[in-house]
Amino acid sequence: MLLPRRADLAQPMRARVCTRAQQAATARLNVPIDYGSTSILSHTASSALSNAELPSAVRGGTTKRMNLFQAINSALGHALRTDPRVILFGEDVAFGGVFRCSMNLATEFGDARVFNTPLTEQGIVGFGIGAAMEGLRPVAEVQFADYVYPAFDQLVNEAAKCRYRAGNLADSMGCGGLVVRMPCGAVGHGGLYHSQSPEALFTHIPGLRVVIPRSPIQAKGLLLAAIECNDPVVFLEPKIIYRAAVEHVPEEPFTLPLSKAEVLKEGSNLTLISYGTPLYLCRAALDAIEKETGASVELIDLRTIYPWDRPTVLDSVKKTGRCVIVHESMVNAGVGAEVAATIQQGAFLSLEAPVRRVAGWSTHAGLAFEKFNIPDTVRIYDAIKQTLEF
Amino acid sequence: MSRYLLRSISRRWASSISQRPGATGINFPGAVNSAFTNTLRFANPNDSTSMPTYRVLDQDGMPSHPIGIPTDELLRMYRDMVFISVLDVLMFDAQRQGRISFYMVSAGEEGIAVGSASALSAADPIFAQYREPGVFRYRGFTADEFMAQLFATAADSGRGRNMPVHYGSRKGNIFTISSPLATQLPHAAGAAYAVKLANANADQNQRVVACYFGEGAASEGDFHAALNIAATRSCPVIWICRNNGFAISTPTLEQYRGDGIASRGVGYGVETLRVDGNDVLAVREATLKARELALQDSGKPVLIEAMSYRVAHHSTSDDSFAYRAKVEVEEWRRRDNPIARLRKYLQAQGLWDDGKEEELRKGTKKEVLEAYRRAEKARHPPVREMMTDVYEEFTEEQIQQLEELKDVVKRYPGEYDLSRYEEGIGGFTAR
Repeated sequence: MLLPRRADLAQPMRARVCTRAQQAATARLNVPIDYGSTSILSHTASSALSNAELPSAVRGGTTKRMNLFQAINSALGHALRTDPRVILFGEDVAFGGVFRCSMNLATEFGDARVFNTPLTEQGIVGFGIGAAMEGLRPVAEVQFADYVYPAFDQLVNEAAKCRYRAGNLADSMGCGGLVVRMPCGAVGHGGLYHSQSPEALFTHIPGLRVVIPRSPIQAKGLLLAAIECNDPVVFLEPKIIYRAAVEHVPEEPFTLPLSKAEVLKEGSNLTLISYGTPLYLCRAALDAIEKETGASVELIDLRTIYPWDRPTVLDSVKKTGRCVIVHESMVNAGVGAEVAATIQQGAFLSLEAPVRRVAGWSTHAGLAFEKFNIPDTVRIYDAIKQTLEF
Repeated sequence: MSRYLLRSISRRWASSISQRPGATGINFPGAVNSAFTNTLRFANPNDSTSMPTYRVLDQDGMPSHPIGIPTDELLRMYRDMVFISVLDVLMFDAQRQGRISFYMVSAGEEGIAVGSASALSAADPIFAQYREPGVFRYRGFTADEFMAQLFATAADSGRGRNMPVHYGSRKGNIFTISSPLATQLPHAAGAAYAVKLANANADQNQRVVACYFGEGAASEGDFHAALNIAATRSCPVIWICRNNGFAISTPTLEQYRGDGIASRGVGYGVETLRVDGNDVLAVREATLKARELALQDSGKPVLIEAMSYRVAHHSTSDDSFAYRAKVEVEEWRRRDNPIARLRKYLQAQGLWDDGKEEELRKGTKKEVLEAYRRAEKARHPPVREMMTDVYEEFTEEQIQQLEELKDVVKRYPGEYDLSRYEEGIGGFTAR
């Protein structure tokens, strides 16, 4: 199985990549993402409504152009409107939130359901756990993911273990109604404490679901699913696309499945896996590679980082034999490590090349160095190319 | 949501003019009632006297005022305290003999648990730390339920997952205990907020939340977070601090330098009382009043600091004579403990005598020992229970891992003793 594929696919590919890449050397790869044209977003109503994961009633409905914060706002508004158990709180949530995600919600639903808390992350998450234990469905906001650490004990020792330790009493003593939202990721100038993506710290914690949406449609559907879910959910929102990513979003409420990856583009030569913002860069890099080499790259959005969709990823890599994983947070013990190790064990005989990880380096988010630190189109392009040529 | 509730929550600072001419104070938004002074004087904690300790029964069991508690209730409190003290002695020894892995007694603090529980409504949710088994007993926990948890049997509602003494009770409305200290305090604030919203929509059955913790736990950041958030959101919660003088080996002088925990309540804008924790009737009265206060103005937090002395070791993993004198402990045990004090009162009222005492102790011991023997013979839950309830449903990963484990156990049959687990090898199958 291994040898024939190397011979008939990889070798000719290597030749093609070399010649065409040389020809293309003048074309810039690290250009700003054109959110107005990227195929990651739905630029028309029909593309938004053709999503097979949407219920048929939603697919027959209308859409509205929204950016990511507006999609979050729309989801929160719907949840508050339809479920009296939903409450929304955190630092500066009442006036609309520092990223405008809770705009107008306090006005519509009142101070009892949308309110500010004192400035205490351990208090916010602990308060949310208690409210969930007593039957509410609290949506707590941590202002930046960088500031979730004071609440780490509450998330790891309490939220994640609440159902487990309650045993038979889990249905009435768990905190499954809890969602903890937090803006994450690099934003160009966030420095050490406005740039972090701590998702891998939570993927090590059974009991928590960790979700990161890539776009307004995804944010709306996944957030509504998170609020409905009876497990506590850590919901990370890539803040750089709060305003940048605009697409047609179905106006009707809908949910998208948790713990289910999505194949954004089918391909046969390499599996490219990511989540959140880097998907836009992945798309640009694979477009360049495909144009130059004729290789076919499969792009997968994990969406839920834990418990993650192992079967979809393994099926894809068994088909393509090659894999590159991309994430913004540092490479050491990052999500890529778990994905790569799972592939190594679950698809060993199919692998034609080492699984590559393109991620932040093992350092902090130094202000002036951001563009060298997090993955860019060049690094993703180069990793794909080297993996194809291996 | 009722308009009444909304009004009461949103007390916003409002001022159009920051300072009027000739004003004796200024509306700084951070302290609106502060007057100016020309005297430069720092507030010194030594200037104020220590908050007094409320007491009803003196050391001889003589009440300071007529006690209006029905006889049934008085005897119930007494029996529940005795039950816990009997359970403690037997289970401490059981741990010493290696029958259970761990135990913590609550000797000297039975009065705080039972006295407060008797003042709460049965529907009031409770969050405990771990030294409040009297609350579980008062809320109907049976000897079999205590034993199932201590021995981690299949009958344990916690499915054998938690260390001994980490009880939980649905019928008692007591959330399952966890080891991390003070984490339950913000939970209590959040639960009290949920209760507040429910109270606003109900004319009857108004509830409060009660939350117990030790004076050591009050040093955790969660204490600060919880009292502050409960105060700002006006949550109907009664904080009950058991100040027993020690956090494992650490005496209170190394825990704090203020006037105990009570003095802090005032700083958070919380009505506060210090009470004699060895006086079960004072604790009951204090909690009754706190419950009434907590329901005023559509809800507010109240702090009770119950003073006592941890006469026992911290836990079975601790020898407290390594850091305190045995004679001091004996003094407290003999001269001032909540059970003896209530017994003196009951005897003076003609409600109790030596015969009843002997009968109660004999019966309680028998009840506990019989449950002990049943639990000792019982098996642990099936092995799959180590994976259930992590999520609402098994994950694909967990199902595979259980199969993987089952395969290993089957291939190394001499290495794993399945006789103590229900269903044996069948228990490895996810379902």
